[in-house]
Amino acid sequence: MRKTLGLAVLAAALACGTASAQQVNVKIGVLTDMSSLYSDIGGPGSVAAAKLAIADFTKANPNVKVELISGDHQNKPDVGSQIANQWYDVEKVDLIIDTPNSGVALAVTEITKSKNKVFINSGAASSDLTGAKCSPNTVHWTYDTWMLANGTGKAIVKTGGDTWFFLTADYAFGHALERDTMAAVEANGGKVIGKVRVPINTNDFSSFLLQAQASKAKIIGLANAGGDTINSIKQGAEFGIVKGGQKFAGLLVFASDVNALGLATAQGLTLTETWYWDMNDANRAWTKRWQTERAAAGKFPTMVQAGVYSGVTHYLKAVAALKSAADGKAVVAKMKEMPTDDPLFGKGTIRADGRKLHPAYLLEVKAPADSKYPGDFYHVRATIPANEAFRPLKDGNCPLVSG
Amino acid sequence: MFEIFGIPSTALFGQLLIGLINGSFYALLSLGLAVIFGMLNIINFSHGAQYMMGAFAAYLLLQYSDIGYWPALIVAPVLVGITGVIVERLFLQWLYKLDHLYGLLLTFGLALIIEGVARNHFGSAGMPYTVPESLQGGRNLGFMFLPNYRAWVIVASLAICFVTWFVIERTRLGAYLRAATENPSLVRAFGINVPRMITLTYGFGVALAAFAGVMAAPIYNVSPQMGSELIIVVFAVVVIGGMGSILGAIVTGFGLGVIEGLTKVFFPEASNTVIFVIMAIVLLVRPAGLFGRGS
Repeated sequence: MRKTLGLAVLAAALACGTASAQQVNVKIGVLTDMSSLYSDIGGPGSVAAAKLAIADFTKANPNVKVELISGDHQNKPDVGSQIANQWYDVEKVDLIIDTPNSGVALAVTEITKSKNKVFINSGAASSDLTGAKCSPNTVHWTYDTWMLANGTGKAIVKTGGDTWFFLTADYAFGHALERDTMAAVEANGGKVIGKVRVPINTNDFSSFLLQAQASKAKIIGLANAGGDTINSIKQGAEFGIVKGGQKFAGLLVFASDVNALGLATAQGLTLTETWYWDMNDANRAWTKRWQTERAAAGKFPTMVQAGVYSGVTHYLKAVAALKSAADGKAVVAKMKEMPTDDPLFGKGTIRADGRKLHPAYLLEVKAPADSKYPGDFYHVRATIPANEAFRPLKDGNCPLVSG
Repeated sequence: MFEIFGIPSTALFGQLLIGLINGSFYALLSLGLAVIFGMLNIINFSHGAQYMMGAFAAYLLLQYSDIGYWPALIVAPVLVGITGVIVERLFLQWLYKLDHLYGLLLTFGLALIIEGVARNHFGSAGMPYTVPESLQGGRNLGFMFLPNYRAWVIVASLAICFVTWFVIERTRLGAYLRAATENPSLVRAFGINVPRMITLTYGFGVALAAFAGVMAAPIYNVSPQMGSELIIVVFAVVVIGGMGSILGAIVTGFGLGVIEGLTKVFFPEASNTVIFVIMAIVLLVRPAGLFGRGS
């Protein structure tokens, strides 16, 4: 009897010793704009980026099994909330990523906190996500309105653009961008002499451009994005805004917008981004893979889509280290503990308030004559180091940051 | 220079002119809708998608066949009109005797398919299309800078609207069309090919939408969702004007463009919704629309 018991214990001990690596199951949801004005900024391209990240990670870590789903928030916070709730409750999603719409992002960050899951926002801009609305379950990747305001806004004021008129998209993102840029302009000696709030997804800006022209401001700040920015600039060219001596400040311009506008119309625009496909060989190589995965001709990845790749990669690393995706707060804490490193954004860190830090680049759109091949959009004018590119930790009013 | 409600008069006149220009698009599109509904009793929900097809046709003609803006003004509507004729022969002709709802559902489904295919192929950011050389630049009118192209838009849509109205209300062909809608069997008895007239009428309405699309291509973003954004407003315009009335569609289109333009000056946040507020009021006071004949 004792011998049998001894053998049984030995067998059990041996079995424990040779236990195969634990399987970790993760489900990721890409919540994005599939059908409207931001769908080239995020959209199917974000899903493609997530797929690449999952493929790369699971190749090196076969014990992690990742399932991917995607959904269309249609730029409506109520639709986005409903999908987020359903994904967390019914579909058992662990991570929601992307959300290129600040209204949706602000809704999802609250839901994620209450359900203790993880939200990595790559697409939305509002700096409130790491400010007053910061959360221990949320990481703000890629960019935010403060970075845009202090990159583009500051650079323009320093080169003489000291009077501003704002065309602002009338929702969370536009208000945040206008507020942060106004602060940056005034801190650097400029003045804001007028603004007009325009509903999102407006077709025709002629009436607002007329008001901007009448204000005689040197700079017309476009606190909008995607299709709205494209329309503003296109119609501004028609009304002779630039010929009349005023300049546009594209506060949020993506490679997809420059592609749609064409270099002839967009040339000379100053903008700030944190990732450009043509900046180094690693980016170029990844872009080829992304284009194959995306399978739509003539498209180039935006920094939002690169951010989805980078965010998913770091999340999976944290989950693998913890061996479980169940506790959202713990996973985010692990993500903040581990320094980030991926082929696209290089080495970086995530701060206590959830802000991912990496350098920003001041870019200028090339004239058509300077562009040698499709996608050759930008001159890189300056690099803003990571510790200067984003709002100082103490200025954000984030409750997670003590003091 | 004097001030009206705190806005300098020069700015106001500028905004009125812009409102007229936007009104031209509303008028053109609602004209096509009114013609199709008035003549065929079909609520053509794919009108926005056909407007988008016109714009894309102009873009593709330029990209692949080097056909510029001026020829595209004729070629694109004809091409899109032909697709309209095909749709009518294949699908719509079976629905005339049924409830309005079926036509609405069919055309709505078609719109979704067309937009989905376009978005899948072209993405949502849109395609570049430049203003034709001869219409570039503009003139300073004193109270605003008017791009030549926008002036052309007003002139062209007024012309097309007038010609359409004239043909339908004042010519024999128009009389046949109107008679055929009221009493098709009687008109057929007179030897007039009613089904063919109806097919061509649908094709014409679709061609009108495509024409508006070509005109929009240089100034609005040529994107797959350009139609769906506009069509809701156009439907409101048609409802306010009276569903079957040609004159109502034209007058209301221009009028509402002006009202929307004024709202953009005084209360821009509401510029998206003012037309629907007006629609609600008009429906309460005159359910058949301003120019409609009650059914």
